[in-house]
Amino acid sequence: MSDILNLSALGLRDAIAAGEVSAAEATRDYLDAIEAMDKKVCAYNEIFAERAMGRAEEIDKKRSAGKTLGALAGVPVAVKDNICTSFGRTSCSSKILENFHAPYDATVAGKLESAGAIILGKTNMDEFAMGSSTENSAFNATRNPWDTSHVPGGSSGGSAAAVAARMCAAAVGSDTGGSIRQPAAFCGVVGLKPTYGRVSRYGLVAFGSSLDQIGPLARDVADSALLLGAIAGHDTHDSTSIDRPVPEYLASLDKPVEKLRVGLVKEFHSESLDDEIRAAVDKAVKIYRDAGAEIIEVSLPHSRVDTDEGGQLSSYAVACYYLVATAEASSNLARYDGVHYGHRTADKVGDIIELYSRSRAEGFGDEVKRRIMLGTYALSSGYYDAYYLKALKVRRLIKNDFDKAFENCDVLLCPVAPETAFKIGEKTADPLTMYLSDIYTISVNLAGIPGVSIPAGLSESGLPLAVQLLGNVFAEETLLRAARMYEMASGITRLTPEIVKEN
Amino acid sequence: MTKPDNTQPVIGLEIHVELATETKMFCRCANRFGDPPNTHTCPVCIGMPGSLPVMNKKAVEYSMKVGMALNCTVPEFTKWDRKSYYYPDLPKNYQISQYDLPLTIDGHLDIPLTGGQTKRIGITRAHLEEDAGKNVHDFPAHTGVDLNRAGVPLLEIVTEPHLRSVEEVMSFARAMHRLVRWLGVSQANMEMGQMRFEPNISLWVGDPEKVFDESAGYFTPIFEVKNLNSFRSLERTCQWVIDYHQARIAEKGRGWSLADVGKQNWGFRDDLNACEFQRGKEEAHDYRYFPEPDLAPVVVDDAWRERIAKQIGELPIARKARYLDKYKISEKEADALTLDSPTGDLLDAAVAAGAEAKRCVNLMLGKGASIANERGCRIAEIRITPEQLAELAKMLAGGKVNATAADKIFAKMVETGDTPGKIAEAEGLLAIFDAGKIGEWVDQAIAKNPQAVEDVRAGGKKQKKAFGFLTGQVMQLSGGAATPAQVQKLLHEKLGG
Amino acid sequence: MTEKKIDRKLIRHIALLARIEMTDEQAETLGRQFAGIVAYMDKLGELDTDGVEPMAHALDVRNVLAEDTPGRSLPVEQAMANAPARDGGFYKVPKVIGDSQ
Ligand SMILES: [Zn+2]
Repeated sequence: MSDILNLSALGLRDAIAAGEVSAAEATRDYLDAIEAMDKKVCAYNEIFAERAMGRAEEIDKKRSAGKTLGALAGVPVAVKDNICTSFGRTSCSSKILENFHAPYDATVAGKLESAGAIILGKTNMDEFAMGSSTENSAFNATRNPWDTSHVPGGSSGGSAAAVAARMCAAAVGSDTGGSIRQPAAFCGVVGLKPTYGRVSRYGLVAFGSSLDQIGPLARDVADSALLLGAIAGHDTHDSTSIDRPVPEYLASLDKPVEKLRVGLVKEFHSESLDDEIRAAVDKAVKIYRDAGAEIIEVSLPHSRVDTDEGGQLSSYAVACYYLVATAEASSNLARYDGVHYGHRTADKVGDIIELYSRSRAEGFGDEVKRRIMLGTYALSSGYYDAYYLKALKVRRLIKNDFDKAFENCDVLLCPVAPETAFKIGEKTADPLTMYLSDIYTISVNLAGIPGVSIPAGLSESGLPLAVQLLGNVFAEETLLRAARMYEMASGITRLTPEIVKEN
Repeated sequence: MTKPDNTQPVIGLEIHVELATETKMFCRCANRFGDPPNTHTCPVCIGMPGSLPVMNKKAVEYSMKVGMALNCTVPEFTKWDRKSYYYPDLPKNYQISQYDLPLTIDGHLDIPLTGGQTKRIGITRAHLEEDAGKNVHDFPAHTGVDLNRAGVPLLEIVTEPHLRSVEEVMSFARAMHRLVRWLGVSQANMEMGQMRFEPNISLWVGDPEKVFDESAGYFTPIFEVKNLNSFRSLERTCQWVIDYHQARIAEKGRGWSLADVGKQNWGFRDDLNACEFQRGKEEAHDYRYFPEPDLAPVVVDDAWRERIAKQIGELPIARKARYLDKYKISEKEADALTLDSPTGDLLDAAVAAGAEAKRCVNLMLGKGASIANERGCRIAEIRITPEQLAELAKMLAGGKVNATAADKIFAKMVETGDTPGKIAEAEGLLAIFDAGKIGEWVDQAIAKNPQAVEDVRAGGKKQKKAFGFLTGQVMQLSGGAATPAQVQKLLHEKLGG
Repeated sequence: MTEKKIDRKLIRHIALLARIEMTDEQAETLGRQFAGIVAYMDKLGELDTDGVEPMAHALDVRNVLAEDTPGRSLPVEQAMANAPARDGGFYKVPKVIGDSQ
């Protein structure tokens, strides 16, 4: 592995600014790493080698000309394939958008590039971000770089795997119910879901519009702060983005939060939790206590996880989430009908209904169909009140729990997922079991608050462990500082899988 | 088969009005009709993946304006919902609309009926939604889709089922057409689909005094007929459906009822001048409304409401009454001048500048209307100022120009923007008075001033003074238009001396 | 919660609303999975939500309005570059009747 690949995004940015490394060299190294490793990991759907090199050379020219460089100048990044770019394809890992070329850039893609980042390619994902393992991609199943027989998590599995396997300096993904945090946990990287409205959704292909949020996946907390600073901010193209100044996340990062109050979520610390993950959370409690933080037990009754007689986990939040998210998705995905763009059946059809129904049947994968059907059902006449409306009310109860918790706490501590990365194929047969992967991440999206997944070492079997910190709305600064405290004290950062060392 | 007696049409109307904003409702593409297909589209109005809507403030304010002019309440809180159905002119396959909390609710419009009476028609709501694109059927084997219209702001006004005859429906439709043009929120050009009607027509069979009283009668099925884009088709549809119901009642009796048949959708066929069945209640849509997550709700405070209320001003019905009363013009003229507000504003300003109302009206509805007609615009838009209009009216009143000359001056004025006086002089259009007209004034002056006449005839030292006095009197009668030389010549002829 | 049957008829009805064609076999499988998922969702019925304000948006944002000032549209060729079938400047679809609604 080249030294360049070992640098953090921040380190690389500074090295390029100092003239120690050129953007072109860095980009070349990353493209080589992808070339060497992506056959095994399958993190990318598309690589923009030529374009990336061109952009890198421009950055280098700018630097030699003494021009001001952006916050990410020369840093090669990966973008999840549900974020529109005016170059290449934006497929959402779906057959229905397999050949879709967006005629515009998502605000985040534009912001990354105007900060000088080099977009290397688009990363694989669960189709339309629906899944927790990246196995629902219509193209490829991405592998976990720590053990290629395991999943990388999802839906931003490609982005997480690319960061972990050093195939990009950092990446962006999207998180609707845990889709940044859970794959970050599975791949041993830092994954941040910002407050709803902190980052523009314009150009992010919608799944659950009131839940979706773009965020960074990075090797350490500082890189996460760097990326968040570059992509956050108000956007007039997104009515739900918030007009509120973006703090200098990096500037304050190393300052520990004084009199930090850490809430330990009682309901998430249950027996059903995997022993090693439980131990990781306990260890985090100790680290914070040692750092002088106050540990407060808090309750999120409507997010609680139960185990039923059959041993199956259950939670109101999961039920609430799958109704809200699928209802919105059923509507968001109605536009893929083979008329204005996207896949259209090659069969001769009798009428417009057949054109729609067959194009969609051919273009969508099973999980996407299942969710569209569920969402359609939840909104349909006769079921609306019992399902969709009920879910919106429960959502309020879940949010109220968080509001109450944050009256006494600065951050909340809990696991990210109930287990470490599972084996490929292990959960594909039972959709409900797969949904339960999101049991600790889902209520965060319902409440709209920020959450970050931080690496917590490795399990006995060599797979990454993680803990999750949650913050109050727009408290990313505190959240990142608290995460940095943990990172510093634990010494766990920039974990490197064997596969990278072998390369 | 006999025609059933004791039936009463009960009709409610939905009216779709395209708002004349510069841009579409959720994107900044031009809101423009008639350009080549798909030339005003963008990721938002094509419904491309990742695009998001941003609400047009003007569309919201135009809607408030109409609602308030219809005496509606503008609630403090309003939100947007998605209405789902698949059609190729609806690129997202959902329409952003308003379901349970519309922008304006509970109003009324007083409509004129023959015989000078008015009737109050309840307005249930007026809500804002996006228009669909256009399906073009000119191709033999397929349909073409043009999205230029997709996302144009559309106001849907829904009445209570208060309309009881075709006449009332037409009066309401015309009043509504006039109102939205008046408020300047829509051109309401029906050929361009900027105003579309959708009547819900049923017959009450039973005591017409007790409509809705189930013990006194029952309803026939409700027929909903969509997308009627002319007064003629609206009128024809209502009459056709009423006749159809009558025939079915005669044929099926009590079996032809709302309870048994339900609500049906029918379409009007221009070529057949008749309606045809589209779908029944079994195939009714399930629109799956739910709150639009991509748009923020709108909260309207008093200050905002007041600001809009101020923009509304005098409404056409009140203005028409004022014109009839103050300007003493005909019903027809008053109607023509209250089709929109700038036209009446022009008239009022010209009158305020000292012109005679009737003469201004003649000019406006004569040459003015014909120019406007040629250009396909409103009279107020032909580029004429109140000052020009007032001056020309005064010249006419004073006989400085005759009617033919005034028309020429009017046309020239519109073309060049010069004052009518300047044009008249330059073009040699000032009246050359015939002796007859001046002679009349001379006769009048003579008749009114016997002493002066006697003094002139008597000759002597008073003669010159009296002659001068009479000349002045004639000049005054002519409004300064006659020349003293002409007057004196005639006075000499008539009085001698 | 209310008693409801996830039968083939319901699945077919939902599939039509969602415009997704499926074979009998697919409908069968989906029906089974659906029953499990819906039973799980029914758990929400345990919660008392009387008087609770539904929460449709994550944040309380109000009055986000844009000025009515024209911006740029896409050139036709770019707008229609992804169209699966066109006839000149029109998107091409099988014959339909009238306009929507
Ligand atoms: Zn547009």
